[in-house]
Amino acid sequence: MGANETGVIGQSVRRKEDVRFLTGAGQYTDDVTFPHQTCGYFLRSPHAHAKIRTIDLTQAKAAPGVVAIFTGEDLTGVNGLPCGWLITGTDGKPMNEPPHPVLAQGKVRHVGDQVALVIAESANQAKDAAELIEVDYEVLPAVVNCVDALKPGAPQIHEQAPGNKCYTWALGDKAAVDAAFAKAATVSKLDIINNRLIPNALEPRAAVASYSRADDSYTLYVSNQNPHVERLLMTAFVLGLPETKLRVIAPDVGGGFGSKIYLYAEETALVWASKKVNRPIKWAADRSEAFLTDAHGRDHVTHVELAIDQGGKFLALKVQTTANMGAYLSTFASCIPTILYATLLAGQYTTPAIFCEVTASFTNTAPVDAYRGAGRPEATFVVERIVHQAGVDTGIAQDEIRRRNFIRTFPYATPVALTYDTGNYDATLDDAMKVADVAGFPARKAEAAKRGMLRGLGYASYIEACGLAPSNIAGALGARAGLFEAGQVRVNPTGSVTVFTGSHSHGQGHETTFAQIVAGRLGIDIANVEVVHGDTGRIPFGMGTYGSRSLSVGGTAIVKALDKVVAKGKKIAAHLLEAAEGDIEFKDGKFTVAGTDRSKAFAEVSLAAYVPHNYPLDKLEPGLDETAFYDPTNFTYPAGTHICEVEVDPETGVVKVVAFTASDDFGNIINPMIVAGQVHGGVTQGIGQALLENCVYDADSGQLLTGSYMDYAMPRADDVPSFKVSTQVTPCTHNPLGAKGCGEAGAIGAPAAMMNAVHDALAAVGVQRIDMPASPHRVWQAIQSARV
Amino acid sequence: MYAFELHQADSVANAVALLAQTGGKALAGGQSLVAAMKMRLAVPGALVDLANLPEMKGIRKEGDAIVIGAMTRHAEVAASDVVKDAIPALAALAEGIGDRQVRNMGTLGGSLANNDPAADYPAALLALGATVNTNKHKIAADDFFKGMYETALGDGELITSVSFPIPKKAAYVKFPQPASRFALVGVFVAQTAGGVRVAVTGAAPSVHRAAAIEQALAKSFTADAAKAVKIDATHLNSDLHGSAAYRAHLVSVLAARAVTACG
Repeated sequence: MGANETGVIGQSVRRKEDVRFLTGAGQYTDDVTFPHQTCGYFLRSPHAHAKIRTIDLTQAKAAPGVVAIFTGEDLTGVNGLPCGWLITGTDGKPMNEPPHPVLAQGKVRHVGDQVALVIAESANQAKDAAELIEVDYEVLPAVVNCVDALKPGAPQIHEQAPGNKCYTWALGDKAAVDAAFAKAATVSKLDIINNRLIPNALEPRAAVASYSRADDSYTLYVSNQNPHVERLLMTAFVLGLPETKLRVIAPDVGGGFGSKIYLYAEETALVWASKKVNRPIKWAADRSEAFLTDAHGRDHVTHVELAIDQGGKFLALKVQTTANMGAYLSTFASCIPTILYATLLAGQYTTPAIFCEVTASFTNTAPVDAYRGAGRPEATFVVERIVHQAGVDTGIAQDEIRRRNFIRTFPYATPVALTYDTGNYDATLDDAMKVADVAGFPARKAEAAKRGMLRGLGYASYIEACGLAPSNIAGALGARAGLFEAGQVRVNPTGSVTVFTGSHSHGQGHETTFAQIVAGRLGIDIANVEVVHGDTGRIPFGMGTYGSRSLSVGGTAIVKALDKVVAKGKKIAAHLLEAAEGDIEFKDGKFTVAGTDRSKAFAEVSLAAYVPHNYPLDKLEPGLDETAFYDPTNFTYPAGTHICEVEVDPETGVVKVVAFTASDDFGNIINPMIVAGQVHGGVTQGIGQALLENCVYDADSGQLLTGSYMDYAMPRADDVPSFKVSTQVTPCTHNPLGAKGCGEAGAIGAPAAMMNAVHDALAAVGVQRIDMPASPHRVWQAIQSARV
Repeated sequence: MYAFELHQADSVANAVALLAQTGGKALAGGQSLVAAMKMRLAVPGALVDLANLPEMKGIRKEGDAIVIGAMTRHAEVAASDVVKDAIPALAALAEGIGDRQVRNMGTLGGSLANNDPAADYPAALLALGATVNTNKHKIAADDFFKGMYETALGDGELITSVSFPIPKKAAYVKFPQPASRFALVGVFVAQTAGGVRVAVTGAAPSVHRAAAIEQALAKSFTADAAKAVKIDATHLNSDLHGSAAYRAHLVSVLAARAVTACG
């Protein structure tokens, strides 16, 4: 932290945005309504896999209120949706990238695939008309499991992806790993399924597209996490328009968790169609559509082996994973089980040799892409489950086996392409054990046993790579976009400040955190800082919010712009104070001539910049408005230890989370309350994955069996305990805030901690393996099987 | 949702007449029906709202029974001192239905007429030996529930109230399905004037009595006696959230827990 900061940084300032959210004054996409607006409705495939023989629109077009109906045939000149990350396979060839049409072209590939866009005067009329569309389908066999899809004879989903394979990709030194396994004292092995999840943002996706004949341009309101990326992908890759012809606005957004990063077919079709009908079109997904068509998360099948020496040191890690891409490649699908997964397999440990091979397959399911944590929860789950198993296999205590393998020298280059800049893994483990009262666990376990209950304790010492990313590194790894961030600081004449950020807040509290940075750095009241985000028409540029990058990358861009503001302010102040620029100090909102009491307040300097009567116009432009682009030099590496304590009722199989401790190192913290909230939310989602959530498709028909809250179990307040959250700090070494990011940590650490606790509890009754979610039925069945 | 006509009935006779005229469906809270209509799964051309019928309201003690009007909301049953005093298990059951919004709209009569196989109230009626009063008949609970979403109600027949005999002891234990929190299995155990009655919801296509557990508890009203009964899984439900074998196991376990809760 710089010296020029006041106390507002590091304080639990109440969230500025909450007044409007909590009083119903938020402005979400579905709240945006234009004159002469029409409503769009997507007719979707009821089949998982089928050829479209014919589509008869005759009756539907004659239905009341219908304005237009479009199918795939109409979308001439419109490209398919692009994938933003090229993975090159072990065979040296680029991944198979089959077309991802905006509206189905002759074939549907998952239940919910969009077949036609019906535009009518009202949403109900559009829906009524859609029921009159006659589609003649030739139903084909379907495959939904990512391993089954690769088997000979599996239904072929795309011509361009033989055997349903997207790619086989590998990272690490296989020869070194094989050599290490040959001399191992112990080899621990596990088969792991990382269950498929449906994101379930509070606000379903929505879009309103309009077209202006006046300047042949489009405006799109969309519930999205990165409007500039949305604009870039839609104009350059799909519609063939210059960016200047499309303004994308992502207003208040009710949660994303990754699922709103992507360019989806629906908003693309709406923008295209808005010119055809020359009227605004609104579409808002209902919850059923969200279940069927939001990009899902996870869905890995993995075999992992860990080689360990006599002393409990890890020698090598070998991982084989199959990942489900769904029916089409979503925007970042290809990099999730590769770049954001295999690179994290060192965890917090000095394992010298690691090899990971990943095969990605296409299935007749919704596309799969990043979901809170994106690859890193999957990696942490593999690493921390196998480390738990190693502790069991070697008889070394769970904390001790971690300690014996912790990285303690930084920077540390892992065998899987990352260099950790800093960290202190003992600190978070020690802290977590203390907060979780690990010492008292045996007594609690004994007390539970008296009640017939099985207690278990589970650890997860996770690491993640956040702050995505150095653009050049990402580019070398196949990214088709940059990963910097932009920030603009506009000082208004009377000294209030408007910040334009390329980050996007959809629950993260940026309007408060970023305002704290500005208020702290400039020494002004936080009430005088306004944060603007989510509008390509107002913000210089942006790469958006995902991967816990907003503070470390977006916040740093703002800091860099603030530095420019202060530097220019010093020039102005030097002129006003008739002093040398080098003698001007800026502190506590005042420009002062060093060693004197002569000073100018920040607002006096800003006023001079906009009313430049007494101003060095010969040397300096008027105005005080600075922009910075920041591209980080490395990822940031938040890390920590989560400890979960569970109690299992062996009679019913019910797992109760009785305590959950998270000790995290996020680097420097701007707003502890917001950070704690992020951890609470993340841990709840992690517990959701471990205990409750499971997306299930019928293996034969490909129908989504968990298509509503009747069957898809979301975590609720009474499913989780009151969390014990604490932080340790090793500041990030390569950004001026020293910040690492906190948005995903909970979802990354919690599933492994939780499942290790469940396995610890069930070891007493001989259960070896239980997959997520550890539902009562599954736990009971596992106990029954173990007893046989 | 498709467009539909909404009629407000002002008497039971008027409701029956409106239903006959319109061919519509009775609206008794709508917590299942309206959700199905929103999904376009139920398509009634007309609804006849029973919310304003004085004959269907109120909770009162009549002799050795508690009589609850069919249009009484779950939240009213849960909060009723009359119910809490006489049959605390029934008040607790009502308190556990759905969520706050559902409890403030959903009604006893609506739940019974719908006869969802995982609903809570049918278990209470069956275990307590309640009587369903309609505008035409009195129907014993044992004769009322005919199968999945099927009841003994005839055309033009509306539930007006339910009479619950006050038991010596009773308890209901529900094991929630993790997603919906409907009963994966729910077991209502009651010691009544006519002996021990045990009703099971959620486990099978319809609420039913667990005769084997009733017999075991008649001999020894203990948790162990209930738990020792092996339930035949043959005709029980099996789905994503629980196999028939698991449900069968839960019936005994929950019956035992209900016996313990009876005190």
